[in-house]
Amino acid sequence: MARVIEFDLSRRSVRELNQYLHHELPAGEQRVEILNPNGMHSLAVGLDAPIDVEIRGHAGYFIAGMNKQASVTVHGNVGWSVAENIMSGTVRVKGCASECAGASGHGGLLVIEEDASSRCGISMKGCDIVVGGSVGHMSAFMAQAGTLVVCGDAGPSLGDSLYEATIYVGGRIASLGADAQEEPMTKADFDRVASLLKQAGIERDPKSFKRVASKRSLYHWHADAEQEY
Amino acid sequence: MCGIVGFLARTPSLRNSLGTQVVPMLTCMGDRGPDSAGLAVFTEPLPEGSRKFSLFAPSRTYDWAALQQRFRDDLGTPFQFTAVENHARLTAEIEAKRVKGWLRERAPELHLLSVGRAIEMFKDEGHPREIADRLGFAQMTGTHAVGHTRMATESAVTPAHAHPFTAGEDFCLVHNGSLSNPYSVRRKLERLGVRFETDNDTEAACRFLEWRMREGDTLEQSIEKGFEELDGFYTLLMATADKLLLVRDAFACKPAVVAETDDYVAISSEFRALAHLPGIKDARLFEPVPEQIYSWPV
Repeated sequence: MARVIEFDLSRRSVRELNQYLHHELPAGEQRVEILNPNGMHSLAVGLDAPIDVEIRGHAGYFIAGMNKQASVTVHGNVGWSVAENIMSGTVRVKGCASECAGASGHGGLLVIEEDASSRCGISMKGCDIVVGGSVGHMSAFMAQAGTLVVCGDAGPSLGDSLYEATIYVGGRIASLGADAQEEPMTKADFDRVASLLKQAGIERDPKSFKRVASKRSLYHWHADAEQEY
Repeated sequence: MCGIVGFLARTPSLRNSLGTQVVPMLTCMGDRGPDSAGLAVFTEPLPEGSRKFSLFAPSRTYDWAALQQRFRDDLGTPFQFTAVENHARLTAEIEAKRVKGWLRERAPELHLLSVGRAIEMFKDEGHPREIADRLGFAQMTGTHAVGHTRMATESAVTPAHAHPFTAGEDFCLVHNGSLSNPYSVRRKLERLGVRFETDNDTEAACRFLEWRMREGDTLEQSIEKGFEELDGFYTLLMATADKLLLVRDAFACKPAVVAETDDYVAISSEFRALAHLPGIKDARLFEPVPEQIYSWPV
């Protein structure tokens, strides 16, 4: 088993950390622990290797952005835009996430074990996001592909201007955004939710979930639609 | 961008080390606002009738001794005076109106930053670290403080355009964001006789809220009206002699994070400005939700 390499941010810079993870990690070393993150931004961004990164504490903005292959776990909260543009791999936040979690993510899995704030999954393009708690307003805004699973409640304007992403909500939905609608759950939906909950390691009965998807009425421009623009 | 910070001390030892807690917060948020900074510090209120006047001079070598002599000769009121470079605090048992009139007449070059029984204010152009060092923020004591680091987007970079803004007595406000209707708010208030000192958007918000309070609203009621009246993006952090108050607009595009323990309430734009605080690991951390008024009594 590979040894655990510790990287202490009270002694070395974020730039050194990312450089190390990109270029200097010795072959065969697969596990890095980042100590004293103290809310710093852009930790473990742009990774492209099958390594495990554990961030021990609260972290700042853009954590694990553009992640490929790697598995990044934050033992604390994160600021804005965790796992933005995630391509593959897994990013897990043991605490809460601030706004825009998983923004524009193309693939891979983002797990927020507690709450995520507003605009969670904004413009997601194929990644999966599982939130153990609740999400804030305008989550999955303009989401194009992928799945957002919210075990708790969803804030106002959920799925506004939604494209082809699918949202599952276990709790209450404050309100749906423009062009989002609740749809009946099929067996495929229950299976999808069960599979994602399992991957996320969150125990919840898939039966309690509701499905939200696009009405697709904004796909085409209606110049004469009420003339209220 | 801009940075906001707030700290409310709930224990005597944190009140005595208020500046030590706040300076790293302000300095850290210098990354979000490197062009100017300000800090309002609130202490236990002076007895009824006494007031503190925070003054700003156009030069760091201003002749404060001469000013004190003029004040003594003209007004004959006993007073206390301390000055650091271009900032000074005058404390006296005197009506605010009299001092304002006297300043207009006898020291028009000075800018009156704040008036009140509890508030003291400092703000200037430059990096927050440099301003904090120069003005000795780390040595300050008090019950609570509100600070700001500015990256100007809508009006000039001058000491007067720096935050906090104040209106009336013992009230100040800092703002991260931008208002889109400050001029219509301003025109409305000017017709009612409210006077402005700058063309800064935040001043419009500050004077709007203070005008509502003069009309009899509580600060909370004023903010409710502000949700209707103020258009734009904002995280607003406010303080009066007896509380700290925080709100975010409906879209909540401008960040804020709160850390609360039995000993203190700390607020900042980003968590990393709070990471040094004692007991932060066990603090209750949360992000304020849109259009909810959070208030903490002193």
